[in-house]
Amino acid sequence: MSTRAFGSRIRRTIDPALLRGEGAFVDDIPLANPLHAAFVRSPYARARILSIDVAAARAHPGVVAVYTGEDIGVLDREMPLLIPHSSMRDARTQRPLAKGDVYYVGQTIVMVVAVDRYTAEDAAALVEVEYEPRPVAVDIEEAVKPGAPLVHDTHPGNVAAYFVQVSGKPDEAIPEAEHVTKIKVRVERSTAAPMECRAVAAQFDPVTGELTVWDGTQAPISVRGGLASIFNLDEDKVRVIAPNVGGGFGQKVLLFYPDELLVPMAAMQLGRPVKYIEDRRENFIGSSQERAQVHAIELYAKKTGEVIALRDSFLHDTGAFIPYGIAVAQVASTSIAGPYRIPNIWVEFTAVYTPTVPVTPYRGCGRPQSCFAIERAMDQLAEELGLDRFEVRRRNLIAEDQFPWTREGLLFADGLRVSLDSGQYQKALDMVSEKLAPKDFAAEQAKARAAGRYLGLGLAFYVEGTGLGPYEGGHIKVHPITGKVYVNTGLTTQGQGHETVFAQIVADQLGVAVEDVILVEGDTRAFDWGVATFASRAATVSGNAIHKAALLVRKQIIHAAANMLEASEDDIELRDGAAWIRGTDRRAPLAAIATATNPLRYAFNEAAKAATQFAPASRHDGPPLDEGQHPGLEATDYYSPACATWAYGVHGAIVEVDPDLCDVKIRKYVCIHDCGNMINPTLVEGQVMGGIAQGLGGAMYERIEYDREGNPQNANFVDFLVPYATEVPNVEVLHLETPSPLNPLGVKGVGEAGCIAVGAVIASGIEDALAPLGAGKFRQTPITPSMIHAALEGADGR
Amino acid sequence: MKPALFEYSAPKTVHEAIALLATDPGAMVLAGGQSLVPAMNLRLASPSRLVDIQHVAGLHGISVEGGKIVVKAMTRHRELELSEAAYRANPIIREAMAHVAHIPIRNRGTVVGSLCHADAAAEMPMILVLTGGSVVAEGPSGRRTIAADDFFQFHMTTSRRPDELIVEAHFPVLPEGAGAAFDEFTRRHGDYAIAAVGAIVGFGEDGRARGVRVATCGIGSRPMRLAEAEARLEGTKIEASDLAAAGEAAKAAVTAPDDMHATTSYRRRVVSTLVRRVVETAARRARKGR
Amino acid sequence: MPRARPRLSVPSVSSDPRARVSITVNGEQVEREVSVRLLLSDFLRHELRLTGTHVGCEHGVCGACTVLIDGKAGRSCLTFAVQASGHEVRTIESLAGEDGSLHPIQEAFRECHALQCGYCTPGMIMNILGLFESEEKLDLSDEGIRLALSGNLCRCTGYQNIVAAVRKAAEAMPAG
Repeated sequence: MSTRAFGSRIRRTIDPALLRGEGAFVDDIPLANPLHAAFVRSPYARARILSIDVAAARAHPGVVAVYTGEDIGVLDREMPLLIPHSSMRDARTQRPLAKGDVYYVGQTIVMVVAVDRYTAEDAAALVEVEYEPRPVAVDIEEAVKPGAPLVHDTHPGNVAAYFVQVSGKPDEAIPEAEHVTKIKVRVERSTAAPMECRAVAAQFDPVTGELTVWDGTQAPISVRGGLASIFNLDEDKVRVIAPNVGGGFGQKVLLFYPDELLVPMAAMQLGRPVKYIEDRRENFIGSSQERAQVHAIELYAKKTGEVIALRDSFLHDTGAFIPYGIAVAQVASTSIAGPYRIPNIWVEFTAVYTPTVPVTPYRGCGRPQSCFAIERAMDQLAEELGLDRFEVRRRNLIAEDQFPWTREGLLFADGLRVSLDSGQYQKALDMVSEKLAPKDFAAEQAKARAAGRYLGLGLAFYVEGTGLGPYEGGHIKVHPITGKVYVNTGLTTQGQGHETVFAQIVADQLGVAVEDVILVEGDTRAFDWGVATFASRAATVSGNAIHKAALLVRKQIIHAAANMLEASEDDIELRDGAAWIRGTDRRAPLAAIATATNPLRYAFNEAAKAATQFAPASRHDGPPLDEGQHPGLEATDYYSPACATWAYGVHGAIVEVDPDLCDVKIRKYVCIHDCGNMINPTLVEGQVMGGIAQGLGGAMYERIEYDREGNPQNANFVDFLVPYATEVPNVEVLHLETPSPLNPLGVKGVGEAGCIAVGAVIASGIEDALAPLGAGKFRQTPITPSMIHAALEGADGR
Repeated sequence: MKPALFEYSAPKTVHEAIALLATDPGAMVLAGGQSLVPAMNLRLASPSRLVDIQHVAGLHGISVEGGKIVVKAMTRHRELELSEAAYRANPIIREAMAHVAHIPIRNRGTVVGSLCHADAAAEMPMILVLTGGSVVAEGPSGRRTIAADDFFQFHMTTSRRPDELIVEAHFPVLPEGAGAAFDEFTRRHGDYAIAAVGAIVGFGEDGRARGVRVATCGIGSRPMRLAEAEARLEGTKIEASDLAAAGEAAKAAVTAPDDMHATTSYRRRVVSTLVRRVVETAARRARKGR
Repeated sequence: MPRARPRLSVPSVSSDPRARVSITVNGEQVEREVSVRLLLSDFLRHELRLTGTHVGCEHGVCGACTVLIDGKAGRSCLTFAVQASGHEVRTIESLAGEDGSLHPIQEAFRECHALQCGYCTPGMIMNILGLFESEEKLDLSDEGIRLALSGNLCRCTGYQNIVAAVRKAAEAMPAG
């Protein structure tokens, strides 16, 4: 290839199929005569189950099986705790089907399997469950009060976990402070709402004894391991495939959702394929949520605005169970100081059980909350010290020559140190400042105010630890007949474009076209070592593993080609799908090399015939395969990061608030973003813009509305307001590319980045716009029109 | 999220449709289905029978006759929105229609269906009230015309009897020389209004407002005229103080309790603002001759 | 895990009352006996195996299931298959050429990176196609395109690239 694929704006190779409607999502997989599952779910947030009567459901025409917790054998157990941690005692996880008690509205109690989903829903409605409702405290601040009703009797105060982390010597630094800023902020419960709900289908082949599961999951390898373990099957007898998946955003990586176990069980028991296609309401009441936290943050500063210490104490809502451990809260706590030096940090959190849908990471994973806390506090500090908001940040940002900036004492969600590895924070701030031109804006703002229009400038910085380990792998094989390059890794894609960016990485090393590199992932039969797609880790961890594997194959190709062309390895160059003797027109096509490196070759095709025209690929006396040599062009390698690599960015916006309607319009939105070396800037921008739209949902529209009894009032798209195109502004994305020193490709993650800062930006902008009306502070997201109205009413003195 | 079972009928005549409704008290009329089918999919509605009226003769089309726009039962929102004749007769319909959900929904949903669904925040029922329109109900005992004010009783409740089919709706044409305007506030485009306001304003020779009509939806249990606001505008020159007074007067009409999208207090602000702005626009259009 | 022998007595279809439907789908007339409550979305996807039409909410908000019914965009999840009998339905599968060559709207989506997971995409494209093929002139301002796209949720892209794709497609499409 004459131009480098890495870094180029290459069109996605997956798109034509998706555009033609040829994507294969779980419910699109053709299965022979499948059965369909539906669930009876708890209508109470907390209740004792007195009785379950499934007789009418079992007798309903078209019903094949009805399962309660009594009928599911080995599955009648508490599901695994994924990430144990010393801060938790007796961590609670749920059973696939509730027994005895229910802990949130939506918890699965009975599974019905019938000839179609319509019939299954009919039968589910015929199941009679008698409940004894118990009192609840839904709000986290209520739930921790003495005497609050308990979610689990085993956990007084509803405390699921308590943890303190300290960096530096806050006790010594705090008395040195000349100014203290204290604020309290709140972020509400939300959900990922991927366009495709979750889905699982399973088929058991009695001839081979193989269980095949199609699961719209982000983690098929782990799902396979769990299924094999629970059903006591060899891992090779269980194949888990994550086909096309319609968005994940973290929600599709819980091990296990009840259906992920129950559907395979039913398929094995009933001898027919079984599928469960979650509907939208179920996605709102049965699939993980996140975000609710309340932070009390304190900044200890010098008069100059330099922050010398930070204390943050927050409550984290973990829902009714804590299957993922403290991951979300831990990420929030270790991100709390943002891009600022702040050398002394004391941060504590209490993870609180509430009788609501369990909480696991949703795009951002605690970062939007901690970003909201620190950035709102920085704005407040600026105001109290009479400093410009840009200036107070400038005085605290980690300087370029101060990297790596390690926060000793803090441990990230991977259990490894927090060390911000590289960045150009000052430059990023300068860039956003240049775009928003705050001085010019101030004049425009004053002019607008005189005309009764209220403009505001919003600003927020964020950092994001990305690329968490422990490892991923890459496998590469060059196919002899076509010369096409197949690449495997242990991930799945939900739209990120792995097939394209991983192909770009390989194409450069092997000198082939991106279209000739074919990624197969999301299938345990294709590659079964690895973790999953989450935590903005795919490009960093799998990307580097694939890069390393590509270097090995490159070496194999050059070695074989040198033999075949009877040239020195140093004179071989790889381009245009062939190995060339540099400066000549002598070449061996990749297909011929792949053929020649297999000692057994039949003349099936032109490549094989061509291969015979060359000298042997391998030259030695002895057996056709030398000791330690393997046939073909193929390699596997792994990458295991020493710690996270930290991406960052700064967002700024100009908003206009119409105080008469409490309507907010975003006039301008700018994002400066740095994820290290970009493999494909177009795809990076796509991730960032999508993240910003999702962040905007959280900033202004999206909140799960639990009533006082714990009933979600908006478990649908009518009332849970995912923004349409009409609500999302155009965004200007500018890049910085500061390579990560931690990995060979110099890349950092980007998947979650976009959403993190948006809440803080919008709050900052609205607050600025309405300051002359005395509307006060905006320290809660989402910011709704009713909240703006209440703020203005308060200002009116009513 | 699949509907419960029902019997399906596709009558060819109004008479047959009415007979089906009369014999099955759990039957519901299926026209465009854009409100009914979601409710069925969520199993919030489980009719025993659907009477699909798409094949019923005589229920299609729009005409302007006798000072009114006659909209037959199977007329889709989008047809009425794009009808030039209807636009010339009363431009507020097109203006309001742009706020009714989204184009694919308007392509399927029917105007009369929306009137019969009678959501308290829906635009078309409010336009029928604003314009002083009516619907024609046909039942076993014949036809009757029901004025908009009498038709809408409560959120999702009308005075249609279970054995009646609403065969057409009548929207009066805009009075000569009057101006009309519509606006609403939603958190997300196309959603039901937190508050919507429509206004029709004419001026007498003396430059004072005559025949002022202001209506709203989204703020109470049904669409309604804002009599207090109208009273503060009628006979005035519609100056800023008149608009402010009308806006203030409109606040008292808000009865909707706090809900997840708006507090009662906030709805008062919205309706008051919209009354001021919409009436001002209607008055400006009247003065400009449209 | 105990395994039962396959249950031979279990029917393949429900006991719902069924009706005969005759629908022209992508130019081909198809006839089927289906449950009266079968949604058009399920009919297309599971009876006809046209799985390009996706289902995102089944209450009409997300637009993933949008198809053309008699040439106009409509929600297949809010239409019963029996209602569509006697009508023409067009799905995403009808757009590309027989050799797989992309329709100008599809091409524009690809060029502009207007899709990520691709789940909302068929519904988006059918909505846009309906507008392009209608008599009305599409307002190609940012605001106009965004209005046209409202009614179709996308959770991945932030819409900006979709807006660009619609504009690009409009330029590439033959007028009218």
